[in-house]
Amino acid sequence: MSTDRPAPSRACEAADAGRRAVEATATRAPDARRRAVEAAGEVRDPEMPMLTLADLGVLRGVEVERDADGGEVVIASITPTYTGCPAMATMRDDLVHRLNDAGFDRVEVRVVLHPAWSSDWISERGRAALHAAGLSAPGPAPRRAGPVLLTLSGPPRPAPPCPRCGSAATRLTSEFGATACKALYRCTDCLEPFEHVKEI
Amino acid sequence: MSDEHGSVFDGLLGGDSSQWAFGTDFEDPLAGVDTTTPGGVDPAELAAYCLMLGDDALIISQRLSEWCSRAPDLEEDIALANMALDLLGQARLLLARAAAADPGVVPALPEGSPVPPEDALAFFRDDRDFRNVRLAEVANGDFAHVVVRLLLFSTARLALLERLRTSRDQVLAAVAAKGVKEVAYHRDWAGRWFLTLARGTEESHRRLLAALDELWPLQGELVAAHPLEGSLAESGVGVDPASLREEVDAVLDQVLTVSGVPRPERAPLAGVGGRTGRDGLHTEALGRLLAEMQVVARAHPSGRW
Repeated sequence: MSTDRPAPSRACEAADAGRRAVEATATRAPDARRRAVEAAGEVRDPEMPMLTLADLGVLRGVEVERDADGGEVVIASITPTYTGCPAMATMRDDLVHRLNDAGFDRVEVRVVLHPAWSSDWISERGRAALHAAGLSAPGPAPRRAGPVLLTLSGPPRPAPPCPRCGSAATRLTSEFGATACKALYRCTDCLEPFEHVKEI
Repeated sequence: MSDEHGSVFDGLLGGDSSQWAFGTDFEDPLAGVDTTTPGGVDPAELAAYCLMLGDDALIISQRLSEWCSRAPDLEEDIALANMALDLLGQARLLLARAAAADPGVVPALPEGSPVPPEDALAFFRDDRDFRNVRLAEVANGDFAHVVVRLLLFSTARLALLERLRTSRDQVLAAVAAKGVKEVAYHRDWAGRWFLTLARGTEESHRRLLAALDELWPLQGELVAAHPLEGSLAESGVGVDPASLREEVDAVLDQVLTVSGVPRPERAPLAGVGGRTGRDGLHTEALGRLLAEMQVVARAHPSGRW
């Protein structure tokens, strides 16, 4: 069992701080908003169910507004991890369902396209959950000034340690995996394949 | 239900849609996104521009999807399907953006049809209304063919999206910012395979050169100036493809040099009366592609899925 996961990046700490701020606001805010934030915060990612949408950084905000008749409307905002993410419809339906169950009859789910999702937004709690489920968490997202460089040879990133046995002897199988956000690796020590959430 | 003789299925209609895995409605990919056309821009021009970028992605995506279950091994099969999905996502947002800018571009469907605008654009337009480059549509060949097509396409697409991130149109800027991250992976995949095939066996080398020879004349269209693109570049919304040429050439030369493959000398494929894919002038291959892609949707213009 490995405990040498990469130290959280600054951006990741910022994401955690952001999440704590949302939760702190929720505890101060009126009861309805707190309940809405709690309910939305329980919804899990359909493709990586060890993560909540909040821990994945996909849930960008939960507000409770009043319409002209004084009725409560929950506005939940989500952003896609990848442009073609086919799970957006399921996420929307899961949010609506969970908020309905929490007593909010009217729920509106909005799409936020800017800023684009970054793997840096996965919270520390989310990274621990990925690791516990045998997935390799992303390192810091690439920062660059100027054009994107073409990488014709060599590994696209330092090989991540095996999330099962902790060995550093891992090799990239493919940059594309079972979902848009993951690459495929294999461990040459324990011989198990594993998935790595890509840095973007 | 007004019908007192309702069937046992009535209880499944209306009400709580969460019993269905994906709900019962289409969802708007731009729900809550500000789609106001930036000041000083003609909405019809913006819509046409979004169709150009969206159709490139849609048609290449369809060609990549045709590879599903046919690649040399499972990893490459998954890679091609992933890239198809990324481009389909970009196409969906861009076609939705086109429809939001100018609803006039969306084909008319029967009253009450639930087909959303981006689907109407994808499935109910004829070939002459598609504005993709011809490189996107030519029929698939062998594995070298898809590698070369993706290298040529993603090199130009990445250079374009990098510049489009500062578009005055918020939707285009957001699609571009995300697309850069995705297409960078596509270009790396194609570049690495190009190198592998070039240095592989005599057979892989021969096939790579044949694919390059076939597709090179279609590359020029990606970096050719078109009046509409030029006009939108001037207003800070679009990118003039001619401005990409230098960077695109540099990246392609890098791949060719490392691979030991000489730069092809074939001239760009001419348009017909000056018209090319951007003007709706396509090769025969697009009609056949659309026939397969659109047949089910066209048979059920009021279909609910």
